[in-house]
Amino acid sequence: MHRDHPVSINRRSLLQLGLATGGAAVAARYSFAAPAASPSRFVFIILRGALDGLSAVPPYADPDYARLRGDLAIAPPGSSDGALRLDGYFGLNPGLQFMQEAFAARELLVLPAAATAYRERSHFDAQDVLESGMTQPHASETGWLNRALLNVPSAGRGGREGGVALAQNVPLVLRGSAEVASWSPSVLPDLDDDTMRRIADRYASDPLLARRLAEALATGSEAAQAQSPSMASDAGDGPAMRTAVRSTAARYTETVRTVAGFLRRDDGPAIAVFDTTGWDTHFNEGGAQGQLRARLSALDQSLRTLKESLADVWPRTVVLLATEFGRTAAANGTRGTDHGTASAAFLLGGAVAGGRIVADWPGLSARALYQQRDLKPTLDLRSVMKSVLHEHLQIAARALDNDVFPNSSAAPYIAGLLRA
Amino acid sequence: MIGADARGWLEAQLRGAPAALPAAGLRSSAEILSDAAAIRQQLQTQRRAGPGEDGHTAAAAASASSAAVAAAMRLPQLFRPIYIAEIQARLRNAVITERPWVERLVYFWSNHFAVSVDKLAVLGVAGSLEREAIRPHVLGNFRELLLAVEQHPAMLLYLDNQRSVGPNSVLAQRAARRERTLGLNENLAREILELHTLGVDAGYTQTDVTSFAKVLTGWSLGGADGAGPLQADATGQFLFRALLHEPGAQTVLRRRYGQSDQAQGRALLNDLALASPTARHIATKLARHFIADDPPPAAVARIAQAFERSGGDLPQVYRALLGCEQAWQAPLAKYKTPQDYLLSIYRGLQLPVADRPRSIGAFDVLGQRQFAPGSPAGWPDRSDDWDGASALMKRIEFADALAQRLGGTRAVAELGPQLLGATYSDETRASLQRAANDGQALTLLLTAPEFLRR
Repeated sequence: MHRDHPVSINRRSLLQLGLATGGAAVAARYSFAAPAASPSRFVFIILRGALDGLSAVPPYADPDYARLRGDLAIAPPGSSDGALRLDGYFGLNPGLQFMQEAFAARELLVLPAAATAYRERSHFDAQDVLESGMTQPHASETGWLNRALLNVPSAGRGGREGGVALAQNVPLVLRGSAEVASWSPSVLPDLDDDTMRRIADRYASDPLLARRLAEALATGSEAAQAQSPSMASDAGDGPAMRTAVRSTAARYTETVRTVAGFLRRDDGPAIAVFDTTGWDTHFNEGGAQGQLRARLSALDQSLRTLKESLADVWPRTVVLLATEFGRTAAANGTRGTDHGTASAAFLLGGAVAGGRIVADWPGLSARALYQQRDLKPTLDLRSVMKSVLHEHLQIAARALDNDVFPNSSAAPYIAGLLRA
Repeated sequence: MIGADARGWLEAQLRGAPAALPAAGLRSSAEILSDAAAIRQQLQTQRRAGPGEDGHTAAAAASASSAAVAAAMRLPQLFRPIYIAEIQARLRNAVITERPWVERLVYFWSNHFAVSVDKLAVLGVAGSLEREAIRPHVLGNFRELLLAVEQHPAMLLYLDNQRSVGPNSVLAQRAARRERTLGLNENLAREILELHTLGVDAGYTQTDVTSFAKVLTGWSLGGADGAGPLQADATGQFLFRALLHEPGAQTVLRRRYGQSDQAQGRALLNDLALASPTARHIATKLARHFIADDPPPAAVARIAQAFERSGGDLPQVYRALLGCEQAWQAPLAKYKTPQDYLLSIYRGLQLPVADRPRSIGAFDVLGQRQFAPGSPAGWPDRSDDWDGASALMKRIEFADALAQRLGGTRAVAELGPQLLGATYSDETRASLQRAANDGQALTLLLTAPEFLRR
């Protein structure tokens, strides 16, 4: 038996036990891997809380920008604490240095005025729509990425999950009938094989728990191999329960390293999803400095780490970063912004035909704003999602219009966002 | 303990005094926020004083930057021990209380009116929101509960209302003369409508949200609160600041509110508390929490009716819930949240809660850091949100680590029926009997399918 490091031992030997004792669920899950037919990899990063797109991608040359934003406005490139230059009109928040490099390397597409089909201002309904891919909240209990997996030619071959959520529980976007995994780092010791087998036996008559346990066992052994060395030793020798307070940046970095570990495997999942939170900046948002910039900077660092960790898989990777809606065009009364409509989204990765800004820029004049208050959406996020699914994961356009995003033919995929 | 008459046992808990937390040594939010205000003031004074004469040397710059780091840590250092003590106190109470159902209701409301400690400003006062605003009213009237919560400093800080300024208020006009703009923050108003009262589908508009935000201008707290022009009085307590308040009548949901000062907001909250959509919203959440993920419409209707008829009298609402047949028909319909799971272990095994911070670490490890749902919507309340594979493995690992630690100190054969009552299955009984040792038997009990549900 292979013994890479402590975390993997019990679970893998257990898998063998599971096979030996006929634990049906465990056996079914551990059918041996065929390499995934599609080498493409897709990472969806959900920015929960409503990212202020006008601060992430400041349209510094828009004549109304500085006036609306007041203290929150980011100065043009070249001024002290100015935006990072993208072109003569748009810049990036000063915290997004890696993104600027990626833009220059033609690996980043910036989508400054995108939105889902949702037009109200509830975070929770909007996140539901972002994840379900429907036009109304609570219209589906499955997510667009799970429905996409059902249509990926070759997904799930070899009994492997086509998608993994870096979370204890699967978020809506990945829920559905296609098999997916969830994974989060553990600081608890493993069980001995005998106890685990008895638990598996007890769960045999409980379909939900049998399925979840089997998924956990299969993913656990993969993740154990996927982790970076530092994480592995953390998990192996730590005390039973630690409540380490880690910085946001450290947490993101740990997550993207794990993502990369999964995605680099030849038989790894095609899709990974993780969450970031804390974008709801009603108060003291800051501009070139401050709260939002610090959070963007942590995100940016983790994207750099993702690229480095993915190494030779990066050229086959697309990362989509999107939020549930944007924020008001004007600053509110407390140096922040309230719930709005369109926001910025990003497509990043070696497979992206980047270095461009994809915008039919609506402008920020009073007449151009949605309901006289928000940036108006001119790009449907479903079109962007479809482009990735069609051009990167080879899902047929008809399946996208009918199954993955029902009744969405009005939001067709956009050709040419990815490298041919 | 429960006996044959489970419903009678639950109803009896609804009688008597409010659900105070018998915890010595926990301080009031006003005291905690006064300490925080004092620290902020010191930090501000230091910043104004700036570096000394030798401020240009590298050594001075380095010491200034390490001083800045130390300064930034002072508020977390004040708040974190308080946060931990609050959780330990409520956990200890959950282990010993003779009215566990009332305790469950406290947790329910605490989640309905969620604040999240990933916002530093509420780290020290999330626990006191529950103690000061929720516990006194959990067996009272929803109107009073709502008012107490919306006036609590933790909620005002969490949803950013303390500095929301009416565009035509005295303060905004003064600021305009100095070419500064002060104005509304609509966060609290929106979340009251969407989350605390009517629910998202009740048909209010953006104009309603904005007008409501104007009504709530001036709902603030005393003390300087960080920076800016707020004068220091009644530090850390609810304070209506007339200078911030938008003058004049407002129309919200087609009703005109002409009252002045905070009477305007009180009148509006009263109306919201008693509105039919609020009754349905609360009834749906209660039924989802106590009956099933997709609550039977008949049960929701029955609870909502009790809410409306009684004008939000919560014990009558709870009795209506207990009166729903559906509440008794399908046991184990709910998958426990990590919090449910841990509370049932602590209470079932009568575990002691040590004073050290690690004693609450299990909540983090299992995925439900206390008072940290991450959003004002609170923790989700459906199985899908909690039954992930990785989450299950963490419960199994936690249960096993605990069982190893407790070793043979528990008579597991007796614990089975005690913890699981009528849901104790033959399969689980058999698996416990076949266990290799007591520790393993305890693991099998704490991971049994019926123990993972409620």
